[in-house]
Amino acid sequence: MLTFIIRRLVLMVPMLIMLSIISFTIIQLPPGDYLSTYIQRLEAMGQRFNEAEVLALKRQYGLDQPMYVQYLKWMQTVFNGTFGRSFLWQMTVAEVLSTRLPMTIILSFASLIVVWAMAIPIAIISATRHNTLVDYFFTFIGFIGLASPSFLLALVLGWLLYQVSGTMITGLYSQEYVNAPWSVAKFLNLMSNVWFPVIIIGIGGTAGLIRTLRATLLDELGKPYVTTARAKGLSETQLLVKYPIRIAMNPVFSTIGWILPGLINGGVIVGIVLNLQTIGPVLMRATLSQDMYLAGSIVLILSALTIVGTFISDILLAWLDPRIRYGAS
Amino acid sequence: MTTPQPAIELKPERGGEERIFYATQWQLMWWQYRKNRLAFFGMFVLGILYFMAIFAGVLAPYESTERFGGLEMAPPTKIHIRDEEGNLHRPFIYAFDFKVNMDTLRREFVENTSERYPIYFFVASEPHKLMNVIPVKWRLLGTEGAPLFLFGADHLGRDLFSRTLYGSSISMFIGFAAVIVTFLIGISLGGIAGYLGGLIDEVIMRVIDFMTSIPNIPLWMSLAAAIPRDWPVIRTYFAITLILGVISWGGLARVVRGKLLSLREDDFIMAARLYGASVSRLIARYLLPNFMSYLLVNITLAIPGNILGETSLSFLGLGIQPPAVSWGTLLQDSQNLTVVAQRPWQLIPGGFVIVTVLMFNFIGDGLRDAADPYTRG
Repeated sequence: MLTFIIRRLVLMVPMLIMLSIISFTIIQLPPGDYLSTYIQRLEAMGQRFNEAEVLALKRQYGLDQPMYVQYLKWMQTVFNGTFGRSFLWQMTVAEVLSTRLPMTIILSFASLIVVWAMAIPIAIISATRHNTLVDYFFTFIGFIGLASPSFLLALVLGWLLYQVSGTMITGLYSQEYVNAPWSVAKFLNLMSNVWFPVIIIGIGGTAGLIRTLRATLLDELGKPYVTTARAKGLSETQLLVKYPIRIAMNPVFSTIGWILPGLINGGVIVGIVLNLQTIGPVLMRATLSQDMYLAGSIVLILSALTIVGTFISDILLAWLDPRIRYGAS
Repeated sequence: MTTPQPAIELKPERGGEERIFYATQWQLMWWQYRKNRLAFFGMFVLGILYFMAIFAGVLAPYESTERFGGLEMAPPTKIHIRDEEGNLHRPFIYAFDFKVNMDTLRREFVENTSERYPIYFFVASEPHKLMNVIPVKWRLLGTEGAPLFLFGADHLGRDLFSRTLYGSSISMFIGFAAVIVTFLIGISLGGIAGYLGGLIDEVIMRVIDFMTSIPNIPLWMSLAAAIPRDWPVIRTYFAITLILGVISWGGLARVVRGKLLSLREDDFIMAARLYGASVSRLIARYLLPNFMSYLLVNITLAIPGNILGETSLSFLGLGIQPPAVSWGTLLQDSQNLTVVAQRPWQLIPGGFVIVTVLMFNFIGDGLRDAADPYTRG
């Protein structure tokens, strides 16, 4: 097990390096030197810069030095945890994301739980009632979930919710709590809003997981050991819970690798549409105004989180399933 | 699927038992595919949608940029066949009048039933171009006097139905365009990895793992952000295509590699190599035909992903830029819930996105079953 973890950890290093290079490329992509664009924009707005300030900024970013030095300088900011400076917000990227990053992680995690909570029972129902009306209904819903972009789901379901109940969910908190310090009231307020985006973010992943789980379970249900167990007089529920479901649960962990990126994707877009206090809207503003340090850092952070999340799920899977553990090491 | 053998266990279709022995692999696939109703239905619907995209120039009642002053945010026009007295007419519409709702103090549209405006077919119009090339001087639908808004109007008084049709040509073809990029990168990198093996294979596989494990929306957004806003439409289109394609080749490359790895050990490849076939002949004549069907399935399932990608990017304002229209840019108008609550018809292009993606998935699933000889029977 330990060798498996170490092997995985070693594999993660080149991935993270590759990721940092891609993120740095993103920062460098817009034509022209971003500092001069930035100074131009500020001067157009009436702000003045003196030579010394510009020089100081230039030196800070190493703009007068070759590309690899700039990359190393940026990596330095990554390792000291500031991630460089956002031109748009006038603070370090770490400060911009300080409250939004935890919220994003919490939302993604909650969505993952929702994905499981929805997919597992539905898949079991669909598989055990194979080719019935219930099965067709969920298959249909699943297909729709798979085909709808998450922003559209947010808009349509948000509109339906508004039509039915008259409440419009925008943001994670009501107006009066946005800047308030944490309190029980703020927490309750968050809870009364957060379920909606969490479900929407989860729907896309749910549809995919249902398909995989249902197929695995159907395979298992056709196997001779199920017939044997049935012949021995086990009740249907007992039989189901005891053998096939336990085996069919493997995809729950093995699919984290592709569900997690999907949840991050959905979280970003749903965050923008519903104006949540997550990373989504910040990334949106950063990209629209070409604040590339912020955008590049967000790509780096979100992707690194996904890679780490997948790593954890791999370890969980290896712990659950000895075939993987021994096959790999 | 190792050798191109006839599937003997296949049930004969009409035309006798021998037919399947002479059938090519593609014929066998087609016969199998035809049995899948959902996949067949998908092909039919997509056929209609592509037809609409290609002939948007005559099917749309108006140009995509034509504005109707005073009719900003007008709801979809109702088509009537009975007038107020209950008399039957050819399909007609009423013009809109404004009324201020005294409760909400909002301007509302009401139908002015005093005059009927019939809908005509094949009406003469200003000369314009079909697919930007063929000059035409007619449109399928038209009214005189009051505009026909089948899907309502947007905040600038432009007909949403016409815009949806024009938008479909960008949205529905960008999927194909991006898949070509995906295909080229995927097949060459997957091919190299599978054919050469060893260290190169290991490196390429790690890159594929990496590409499939990072979330693509933030990456797409940041890459799209680097496209200068003042680029001409065509250039933006190609840039977006490239961005979509460059990121999503991982899955395809993995399939190509896996198939090549298993095929290159096969006896018939060994035989071909022994009689002296060159590498290019080996690949083109023996390897490629053997997994072409798998590629087809993969490509079909990759197209909807690209369509969704373009829609999301354009929705966020990072993709196709106005005055060009795509389904994503149309949905951009309804970026927040307040707008949707007031003008729900602005979400109609989203329905087109869902249907298109759904149909591609049906076709892909059907192809997958058809390409797999073990499901035949």
